[in-house]
Amino acid sequence: MIATQEKEVFDIRELNLWYDTNHALKDIDFPIHEKEVTAIIGPSGCGKSTFIKTLNVMNRTVPGVRIQGEINYRGKNILRPKTDLVELRKQVGMVFQQATPFPKSIYENVAYGPKIHGVHKKSKLNEIVENSLKGVALWEEVKDRLHAPALGLSGGQQQRLCIARALATEPDTILMDEPTSALDPISTMKIEELILELKQKYTIVIVTHNMQQAARVSDKTAFFLMGELIELDETKMLFSNPSDQRTEDYITGRFG
Amino acid sequence: MKSEHSMPTVTSASTRLIKKQKHNPERKGRYIVTTCALLIIIATAAIMIFLTQKGLQSFIGNGLSPLEFLTSANWHPISSGNGEPSYGALSFIFGSFAVTILAAIIAAPLGIGAAIFMTEIAPSWGKKVFQPIIELLVGIPSVVYGFIGLSVLVPFLRSSFGGLGFGLLAGMIVLAIMILPTVTSIATDTLHSLPKGLRDASAAIGATRWQTISRILIPAAMPGLLTAVVLGMARAFGEALAVQMVIGNATSIPNSLTEPAATLTTIITLNMGHTTFGSLENNVLWSLALILLLMSLLFIILIRFLSSRRKYE
Repeated sequence: MIATQEKEVFDIRELNLWYDTNHALKDIDFPIHEKEVTAIIGPSGCGKSTFIKTLNVMNRTVPGVRIQGEINYRGKNILRPKTDLVELRKQVGMVFQQATPFPKSIYENVAYGPKIHGVHKKSKLNEIVENSLKGVALWEEVKDRLHAPALGLSGGQQQRLCIARALATEPDTILMDEPTSALDPISTMKIEELILELKQKYTIVIVTHNMQQAARVSDKTAFFLMGELIELDETKMLFSNPSDQRTEDYITGRFG
Repeated sequence: MKSEHSMPTVTSASTRLIKKQKHNPERKGRYIVTTCALLIIIATAAIMIFLTQKGLQSFIGNGLSPLEFLTSANWHPISSGNGEPSYGALSFIFGSFAVTILAAIIAAPLGIGAAIFMTEIAPSWGKKVFQPIIELLVGIPSVVYGFIGLSVLVPFLRSSFGGLGFGLLAGMIVLAIMILPTVTSIATDTLHSLPKGLRDASAAIGATRWQTISRILIPAAMPGLLTAVVLGMARAFGEALAVQMVIGNATSIPNSLTEPAATLTTIITLNMGHTTFGSLENNVLWSLALILLLMSLLFIILIRFLSSRRKYE
């Protein structure tokens, strides 16, 4: 139904990852398509967070980690040692479970990315900050106090600020690692609305504990279990008619 | 039914509890710790009252002008043939501030740099190597620092810069080494206490490690880093023995780093032994001590202020 020949942003082939002797990801083959929301679900410790952190190579500095296989981002294997991580992370932004605003002003938080990537013109920065904050529907709330400390914002606002901060480097993909698990229901709803909005322009990969959330926001859903990718399908298919018994057991609440 | 059954058990349980409370060490423990706390408060208050009273004695009792005391560099406690004794403490106030600030200027970048190395660059082995070194540096008694300064540093400075070798330069180097562990360990703790997410968040935007350190971590840790430096300065300001051994103890304001000087603490230690208790000469030393007390109060206020500005707990 949804065209499978859509352009692939990520093409992951036989990805294996070990933390010392713990085989955390096992032979993962995973295509991620442009301007889709891909949700990753699974019980704690199934490797879903590890997987998403591998997409922008955040976990290579973890002591004892070993990664094998290919992660092709726009046709280039980013696991090769020569990969320009600065450039990759400009393209592939990330939002974490805990909102982590820098102890700077709201403005400086958003402008941080562009600045380290070489944008210094004040007018350009102003424009980026405004657009990024508008992009996460935070502009109206903070436009009169852009230079107030970001740590003074509410939890939900902080998380939207972190998304704005990721948007500011003009990425094409945004990775979200349980972005709402520390938020209240209303803030969660706002973030979910935002995800649906953002997928017009961005490719989104979201790890979530919350299966309803996956069902609400994603086009495709992947189910991970003990380091294996059990099933990857259209979200509707996966939740209504899973092809693997383990997926069915998980989504019907028989374990996890 | 059920409540009837449970009632008597509840009563007997609560009476048991009440009975127990009478023999309970609870109250006794409370008295012991309260006494400990009170003793400390009383001791501190007593010292402060005594010091204030003694420190003001030279002004109130002996009629020494506070203005002269604070602004004159003329220190001649024993009346020589050519006139009245004079008690201008400016040279020592200057000496104390000079060595403290100079020591901080050396120790702050070194200590903060070492802390960054330990927490950010080589967290795995950096701490293993540095922690024992720092503990060792803290544990060395100040007389040993002074002795090393006297036998190694002073001759070295004498041959390199001329002069006596004793002076502000020697004092500031010895003090800098002495306060280095204070600065380093508190700076390390501050950097450790920053949320780990900050580093990841910055890296995920594409910042290099150095960009993360200089633009995120150092500003985020700034109040704590300043606290580290101020605590080091407080220690430097109060240090007597090691400084006295290398600074030269001249009672005039030095014209250069290599000239001998004196500090508030060194003058007190040098003179307290041979002045008569109650004499003006002795009272003036108490006035110097009062300045030290006021300065340490100031340092405490500064530290309080800085910790109230901490961004993360």
